[in-house]
Amino acid sequence: MSIIKIQTPLTDESIQNLKAGDQVELSGTIFTARDAAHQRLIETIRKGEDLPFELNGSIIYYSGSSPAAPGKVIGACGPTTSYRMDEMTLPLLGLGLKGMIGKGERSQEVIEAMQTHKAVYFAAIGGAGALIARAVKKNDVIAYDDLGAEAIRKLEVEEFKAIVVIDAHGNNLYETEPVKYKATT
Amino acid sequence: MREIRVDQIIQKISQMCIDCNYNIGKDIEDALARAETNEISPIGKSIISDLLLNSQIAKDVQMPICQDTGMVVVFVEIGQEVHISGGVLEEAIQQGIRDGYEKGFLRKSVVSDPLLRINSKDNTPGVVYYELVAGDQLKISLAAKGFGSENMSKLKMLKPSDGMEGVENFVLNTVKEAGPNPCPPIVVGVGIGGTVDKAAQIAKKALFRNVDESSPLPHISELENRLLEKINHLGIGPQGLGGVNTALGVNVEIYPTHIAGLPIVVNINCHASRHAVAYL
Repeated sequence: MSIIKIQTPLTDESIQNLKAGDQVELSGTIFTARDAAHQRLIETIRKGEDLPFELNGSIIYYSGSSPAAPGKVIGACGPTTSYRMDEMTLPLLGLGLKGMIGKGERSQEVIEAMQTHKAVYFAAIGGAGALIARAVKKNDVIAYDDLGAEAIRKLEVEEFKAIVVIDAHGNNLYETEPVKYKATT
Repeated sequence: MREIRVDQIIQKISQMCIDCNYNIGKDIEDALARAETNEISPIGKSIISDLLLNSQIAKDVQMPICQDTGMVVVFVEIGQEVHISGGVLEEAIQQGIRDGYEKGFLRKSVVSDPLLRINSKDNTPGVVYYELVAGDQLKISLAAKGFGSENMSKLKMLKPSDGMEGVENFVLNTVKEAGPNPCPPIVVGVGIGGTVDKAAQIAKKALFRNVDESSPLPHISELENRLLEKINHLGIGPQGLGGVNTALGVNVEIYPTHIAGLPIVVNINCHASRHAVAYL
């Protein structure tokens, strides 16, 4: 299968062309945020304050890396399970979030909002943190340093491997693939 | 009486935390290699190849296999002829975890209070179980338990009449509902019997057993095989993207229970099942 190379930020046009099942390599800037960082982002939006990064057009990676050893850019940095961020994702999609990288199912509400706002959900391989680390070229904490592993990091990545699992048209690989391998007995 | 100093324990625990996070166990590596051979889904096969490559990189570079380096769970078997000197055993274990997570550049994933949620910044405390046994040895079994899979675990107080069928259905439904979330191919630990807490404890203990090791009890070993086959017929596959490898193994532990009950806990582990054993 051919690999689609994508440069951030994501454009509406490139998102429209992505289909569930596509294998991609992402290059450019992505931002990590997981549970506690999402709670703070939502709180910031509620108060009407400025977010720590430009959300419009951006990609959020649900990940909390392990600490970088001396001489390394980052530690292991695979994806965490996405459903925990579902409710908090809805307002972010409304403000222009275009891509999410994680693992596992999303709620129906998120899938619908992705269609409305034209966004895409990629899966990275859960538990492949050492392999994924090789795609990270730069790693800076840009907000919520006090959260430790949950701080928001700005990552510069090159050829970060991912699979489009839910596209902007509502196609969902988690629904379409497993049924093909389900035994009927 | 045999004397064991707390500094030996601290050092051993620290080393085990680092080792099990960097070096995947041979049982898992072998199981993944088998899965790579027999997986029929192209996406699934490529995912398993990447997982094997990942564990090789982690081993070569000496970095964690997964960024979720877990909450530490320790089962300690203390021979009653052992005398611990120089400090308190529990403190030594927690100090070992603290040292290992700092030295090994492992992620600190523990919050000191489940509701206030302030990170303890040293991955302590771990969860420690003690068992007093015969002899003059100290056996330490340690796991770094990731929470993507822990979150997909379930408990149910079945009725005695639910029997074997009820047990199988509960395990299958738990795995089905978990879907892609716990990072399949998973390892399934099942605890049946005891009380609500005992069932959970033995389900956890089941995850310490190698995936290629069966229960010594014939009816339980048969149950493990049957469940593994049925789970791998669900189609979930590697990372939930379809395939015939949803689980690498099913380990079941049992304990006597009350005439009125049939407690069951399913404790799920991801493919990066990290556990180690040491004797002092």
